[in-house]
Amino acid sequence: MNSFLLPLLGGVLLGAGASLLLLFNGRIAGISGITAGLLTPARADTAWRAAFVGGLAVGGVVLALVRPESFGPPVLSGMGATLAAGLLVGFGTRLGNGCTSGHGVCGLARGARRSLVATLTFMAAGALTVFVTRHVLGGVS
Amino acid sequence: MKAAVMAGLAGLLFALGLGMGGMTNPAKVVGFLDVAGAWDPSLAFVMAGALGTYGLLRKLIVRRARPVLAKDFPPAPSAVVDGRLVGGAALFGIGWGLSGYCPGPALVSAPVGGATVLLFVGAMLVGMGVFRAWEVLRAPRTSSQPG
Repeated sequence: MNSFLLPLLGGVLLGAGASLLLLFNGRIAGISGITAGLLTPARADTAWRAAFVGGLAVGGVVLALVRPESFGPPVLSGMGATLAAGLLVGFGTRLGNGCTSGHGVCGLARGARRSLVATLTFMAAGALTVFVTRHVLGGVS
Repeated sequence: MKAAVMAGLAGLLFALGLGMGGMTNPAKVVGFLDVAGAWDPSLAFVMAGALGTYGLLRKLIVRRARPVLAKDFPPAPSAVVDGRLVGGAALFGIGWGLSGYCPGPALVSAPVGGATVLLFVGAMLVGMGVFRAWEVLRAPRTSSQPG
Protein backbone atom coordinates (compact mmCIF):
# COMPACT_ATOMS: atom_id res chain seq x y z
CA MET A 1 0.00 0.00 0.00
CA ASN A 2 1.04 3.59 -0.57
CA SER A 3 3.51 4.66 2.09
CA PHE A 4 1.35 7.60 3.19
CA LEU A 5 -2.04 5.95 2.95
CA LEU A 6 -1.29 3.39 5.67
CA PRO A 7 -0.09 6.01 8.21
CA LEU A 8 -3.15 8.12 7.38
CA LEU A 9 -5.46 5.14 7.96
CA GLY A 10 -3.59 4.34 11.17
CA GLY A 11 -4.19 7.90 12.30
CA VAL A 12 -7.90 7.64 11.48
CA LEU A 13 -8.16 4.43 13.53
CA LEU A 14 -6.29 6.00 16.43
CA GLY A 15 -8.56 9.05 16.26
CA ALA A 16 -11.59 6.75 16.26
CA GLY A 17 -10.30 5.05 19.41
CA ALA A 18 -9.85 8.40 21.14
CA SER A 19 -13.34 9.45 20.02
CA LEU A 20 -14.85 6.25 21.40
CA LEU A 21 -13.31 6.96 24.81
CA LEU A 22 -14.75 10.48 24.75
CA LEU A 23 -18.20 9.41 23.56
CA PHE A 24 -18.69 6.56 26.04
CA ASN A 25 -16.42 7.37 28.98
CA GLY A 26 -16.16 11.15 28.68
CA ARG A 27 -12.39 10.86 28.93
CA ILE A 28 -9.43 12.30 27.05
CA ALA A 29 -7.21 9.63 25.50
CA GLY A 30 -3.97 10.83 27.04
CA ILE A 31 -1.92 7.67 27.46
CA SER A 32 0.59 9.01 29.98
CA GLY A 33 -2.13 10.46 32.21
CA ILE A 34 -4.28 7.32 32.02
CA THR A 35 -1.28 5.14 32.87
CA ALA A 36 -0.02 7.35 35.69
CA GLY A 37 -3.50 7.27 37.22
CA LEU A 38 -3.03 3.53 37.74
CA LEU A 39 0.00 4.14 39.96
CA THR A 40 -2.14 5.80 42.61
CA PRO A 41 -3.78 2.93 44.48
CA ALA A 42 -7.45 2.79 45.43
CA ARG A 43 -8.75 5.23 42.90
CA ALA A 44 -12.38 4.93 41.96
CA ASP A 45 -11.58 5.11 38.26
CA THR A 46 -9.02 2.32 38.13
CA ALA A 47 -11.24 -0.06 36.13
CA TRP A 48 -11.56 1.94 32.92
CA ARG A 49 -7.89 2.99 33.08
CA ALA A 50 -6.75 -0.61 33.46
CA ALA A 51 -9.12 -1.67 30.69
CA PHE A 52 -7.77 0.98 28.33
CA VAL A 53 -4.13 0.04 29.00
CA GLY A 54 -5.12 -3.63 28.71
CA GLY A 55 -6.70 -2.82 25.34
CA LEU A 56 -3.40 -1.30 24.22
CA ALA A 57 -1.53 -4.46 25.22
CA VAL A 58 -4.11 -6.72 23.53
CA GLY A 59 -3.70 -4.55 20.43
CA GLY A 60 0.03 -5.25 20.56
CA VAL A 61 -0.60 -9.00 20.62
CA VAL A 62 -3.10 -8.74 17.73
CA LEU A 63 -0.63 -6.69 15.69
CA ALA A 64 2.16 -9.18 16.35
CA LEU A 65 -0.08 -11.95 15.00
CA VAL A 66 -1.59 -10.26 11.93
CA ARG A 67 0.98 -7.61 11.07
CA PRO A 68 4.34 -8.38 12.72
CA GLU A 69 6.10 -5.80 10.55
CA SER A 70 4.41 -3.16 12.73
CA PHE A 71 7.25 -3.63 15.20
CA GLY A 72 10.86 -2.84 14.56
CA PRO A 73 13.87 -3.62 16.71
CA PRO A 74 14.66 -1.06 19.43
CA VAL A 75 17.04 1.71 18.40
CA LEU A 76 18.60 1.61 21.86
CA SER A 77 20.13 -1.65 23.02
CA GLY A 78 22.18 -0.51 26.00
CA MET A 79 20.57 -0.89 29.42
CA GLY A 80 21.73 2.48 30.71
CA ALA A 81 20.46 4.46 27.75
CA THR A 82 17.15 2.56 27.73
CA LEU A 83 16.63 3.23 31.45
CA ALA A 84 17.48 6.91 31.03
CA ALA A 85 15.10 7.30 28.09
CA GLY A 86 12.27 5.58 29.95
CA LEU A 87 12.78 7.71 33.06
CA LEU A 88 12.80 10.90 30.96
CA VAL A 89 9.60 9.89 29.15
CA GLY A 90 7.83 8.94 32.39
CA PHE A 91 8.90 11.97 34.42
CA GLY A 92 8.65 14.44 31.52
CA THR A 93 5.14 13.45 30.47
CA ARG A 94 3.88 13.91 34.04
CA LEU A 95 5.66 17.22 34.56
CA GLY A 96 4.34 18.50 31.22
CA ASN A 97 0.94 16.87 31.84
CA GLY A 98 0.72 14.90 28.62
CA CYS A 99 2.42 13.13 25.76
CA THR A 100 1.99 12.63 22.03
CA SER A 101 -1.62 11.47 22.45
CA GLY A 102 -2.92 13.87 25.09
CA HIS A 103 -1.23 17.01 23.83
CA GLY A 104 -0.34 16.04 20.24
CA VAL A 105 -3.75 14.68 19.25
CA CYS A 106 -6.52 15.41 21.77
CA GLY A 107 -5.24 18.79 22.98
CA LEU A 108 -4.41 20.10 19.52
CA ALA A 109 -7.81 18.95 18.22
CA ARG A 110 -9.60 20.99 20.86
CA GLY A 111 -7.45 24.00 20.08
CA ALA A 112 -5.58 24.20 23.39
CA ARG A 113 -2.68 26.65 23.24
CA ARG A 114 -0.96 24.70 26.03
CA SER A 115 -0.98 21.57 23.91
CA LEU A 116 0.38 23.43 20.89
CA VAL A 117 3.31 24.70 22.97
CA ALA A 118 3.90 21.23 24.46
CA THR A 119 3.74 19.52 21.07
CA LEU A 120 6.13 21.97 19.42
CA THR A 121 8.47 21.60 22.41
CA PHE A 122 8.63 17.79 22.48
CA MET A 123 8.93 17.62 18.69
CA ALA A 124 11.80 20.13 18.75
CA ALA A 125 13.49 18.39 21.70
CA GLY A 126 13.11 15.02 19.96
CA ALA A 127 14.51 16.34 16.69
CA LEU A 128 17.41 18.01 18.48
CA THR A 129 18.16 14.81 20.40
CA VAL A 130 18.19 12.77 17.18
CA PHE A 131 20.40 15.40 15.55
CA VAL A 132 22.92 15.28 18.40
CA THR A 133 22.94 11.48 18.81
CA ARG A 134 23.04 10.70 15.08
CA HIS A 135 24.94 13.54 13.46
CA VAL A 136 27.14 14.89 16.25
CA LEU A 137 27.90 11.84 18.40
CA GLY A 138 27.51 9.38 15.53
CA GLY A 139 25.08 7.08 17.29
CA VAL A 140 24.14 6.12 20.84
CA SER A 141 23.34 2.57 21.81
CA MET B 1 -18.47 -2.77 33.70
CA LYS B 2 -19.81 -1.38 30.42
CA ALA B 3 -17.51 1.60 30.80
CA ALA B 4 -14.48 -0.67 31.21
CA VAL B 5 -15.44 -2.71 28.14
CA MET B 6 -15.73 0.43 26.01
CA ALA B 7 -12.44 1.79 27.38
CA GLY B 8 -10.79 -1.52 26.50
CA LEU B 9 -12.19 -1.36 22.98
CA ALA B 10 -10.99 2.24 22.64
CA GLY B 11 -7.51 1.15 23.76
CA LEU B 12 -7.54 -1.71 21.25
CA LEU B 13 -8.50 0.60 18.35
CA PHE B 14 -5.90 3.11 19.48
CA ALA B 15 -3.21 0.40 19.52
CA LEU B 16 -4.14 -0.92 16.06
CA GLY B 17 -3.95 2.64 14.72
CA LEU B 18 -0.53 3.19 16.28
CA GLY B 19 0.78 -0.08 14.85
CA MET B 20 -0.69 0.40 11.40
CA GLY B 21 0.58 3.96 11.27
CA GLY B 22 4.17 2.99 12.07
CA MET B 23 4.42 4.51 15.55
CA THR B 24 5.42 1.17 17.12
CA ASN B 25 8.55 1.01 14.95
CA PRO B 26 11.16 3.04 16.87
CA ALA B 27 13.49 3.33 13.85
CA LYS B 28 10.64 4.95 11.91
CA VAL B 29 9.96 7.39 14.75
CA VAL B 30 13.62 8.36 14.93
CA GLY B 31 13.58 8.73 11.12
CA PHE B 32 10.62 11.10 11.47
CA LEU B 33 12.54 13.18 14.04
CA ASP B 34 15.72 13.12 11.92
CA VAL B 35 15.02 16.31 10.01
CA ALA B 36 18.71 16.81 9.19
CA GLY B 37 19.17 13.30 7.80
CA ALA B 38 17.02 11.07 5.59
CA TRP B 39 13.78 12.55 6.92
CA ASP B 40 10.83 10.15 6.85
CA PRO B 41 7.71 12.36 6.87
CA SER B 42 5.18 9.51 6.86
CA LEU B 43 4.35 9.77 10.57
CA ALA B 44 3.06 13.30 9.98
CA PHE B 45 0.19 11.54 8.19
CA VAL B 46 -0.62 9.55 11.33
CA MET B 47 -1.00 12.82 13.16
CA ALA B 48 -3.03 14.35 10.33
CA GLY B 49 -5.41 11.36 10.22
CA ALA B 50 -5.78 11.31 14.00
CA LEU B 51 -6.29 15.07 14.31
CA GLY B 52 -8.79 15.16 11.45
CA THR B 53 -10.82 12.22 12.79
CA TYR B 54 -10.78 13.19 16.46
CA GLY B 55 -11.25 16.88 15.68
CA LEU B 56 -14.36 16.20 13.63
CA LEU B 57 -15.90 13.51 15.85
CA ARG B 58 -15.14 15.47 19.01
CA LYS B 59 -17.21 18.41 17.73
CA LEU B 60 -20.17 16.08 17.16
CA ILE B 61 -19.72 14.19 20.45
CA VAL B 62 -19.60 17.22 22.74
CA ARG B 63 -22.95 18.39 21.37
CA ARG B 64 -24.46 15.65 23.50
CA ALA B 65 -25.58 16.60 26.99
CA ARG B 66 -23.29 13.94 28.48
CA PRO B 67 -21.19 10.93 27.52
CA VAL B 68 -23.06 7.65 27.03
CA LEU B 69 -21.68 5.99 30.18
CA ALA B 70 -20.43 8.89 32.30
CA LYS B 71 -21.79 11.98 34.03
CA ASP B 72 -19.99 14.69 32.12
CA PHE B 73 -17.37 15.64 29.59
CA PRO B 74 -13.94 16.77 30.81
CA PRO B 75 -13.67 20.44 31.72
CA ALA B 76 -11.77 22.82 29.46
CA PRO B 77 -8.03 22.40 29.99
CA SER B 78 -5.98 24.98 31.81
CA ALA B 79 -4.67 27.68 29.51
CA VAL B 80 -1.49 28.23 31.50
CA VAL B 81 1.76 27.89 29.60
CA ASP B 82 4.49 27.66 32.23
CA GLY B 83 7.93 26.27 32.88
CA ARG B 84 6.56 22.92 34.00
CA LEU B 85 4.74 22.42 30.72
CA VAL B 86 7.71 23.40 28.57
CA GLY B 87 10.31 21.67 30.79
CA GLY B 88 8.27 18.47 30.98
CA ALA B 89 7.66 18.42 27.23
CA ALA B 90 11.38 19.00 26.63
CA LEU B 91 12.43 16.11 28.93
CA PHE B 92 9.85 13.87 27.31
CA GLY B 93 11.11 14.89 23.84
CA ILE B 94 14.69 13.96 24.75
CA GLY B 95 13.60 10.49 25.92
CA TRP B 96 11.42 10.10 22.83
CA GLY B 97 14.27 11.08 20.50
CA LEU B 98 16.70 8.72 22.28
CA SER B 99 14.44 5.68 22.22
CA GLY B 100 11.85 6.27 19.50
CA TYR B 101 9.15 5.35 22.03
CA CYS B 102 6.44 7.57 23.43
CA PRO B 103 4.13 6.07 26.10
CA GLY B 104 1.39 4.62 23.83
CA PRO B 105 3.61 2.69 21.41
CA ALA B 106 5.79 1.50 24.30
CA LEU B 107 2.75 -0.01 26.07
CA VAL B 108 1.53 -1.58 22.81
CA SER B 109 4.98 -3.10 22.22
CA ALA B 110 5.46 -4.23 25.83
CA PRO B 111 3.84 -7.69 25.57
CA VAL B 112 5.59 -8.58 22.30
CA GLY B 113 8.68 -6.39 21.97
CA GLY B 114 11.22 -8.21 24.15
CA ALA B 115 13.42 -7.25 27.08
CA THR B 116 14.46 -3.76 25.93
CA VAL B 117 10.86 -2.56 25.61
CA LEU B 118 9.95 -4.04 28.99
CA LEU B 119 12.92 -2.28 30.55
CA PHE B 120 11.83 0.97 28.90
CA VAL B 121 8.24 0.62 30.13
CA GLY B 122 9.47 -0.24 33.63
CA ALA B 123 11.70 2.84 33.67
CA MET B 124 8.82 4.95 32.35
CA LEU B 125 6.55 3.81 35.18
CA VAL B 126 9.34 4.52 37.68
CA GLY B 127 9.73 8.00 36.15
CA MET B 128 5.99 8.60 36.65
CA GLY B 129 6.29 7.36 40.22
CA VAL B 130 9.29 9.59 40.88
CA PHE B 131 7.28 12.58 39.66
CA ARG B 132 4.42 11.67 41.95
CA ALA B 133 6.75 11.31 44.94
CA TRP B 134 8.45 14.59 44.07
CA GLU B 135 5.10 16.36 43.96
CA VAL B 136 3.94 14.89 47.25
CA LEU B 137 7.21 15.93 48.90
CA ARG B 138 7.00 19.44 47.51
CA ALA B 139 3.42 20.08 48.54
CA PRO B 140 2.51 17.67 51.33
CA ARG B 141 -0.92 19.08 52.01
CA THR B 142 -2.32 19.66 48.53
CA SER B 143 -3.07 16.65 46.40
CA SER B 144 -1.92 16.69 42.79
CA GLN B 145 -4.47 17.08 40.06
CA PRO B 146 -5.33 13.86 38.26
CA GLY B 147 -3.97 13.50 34.74
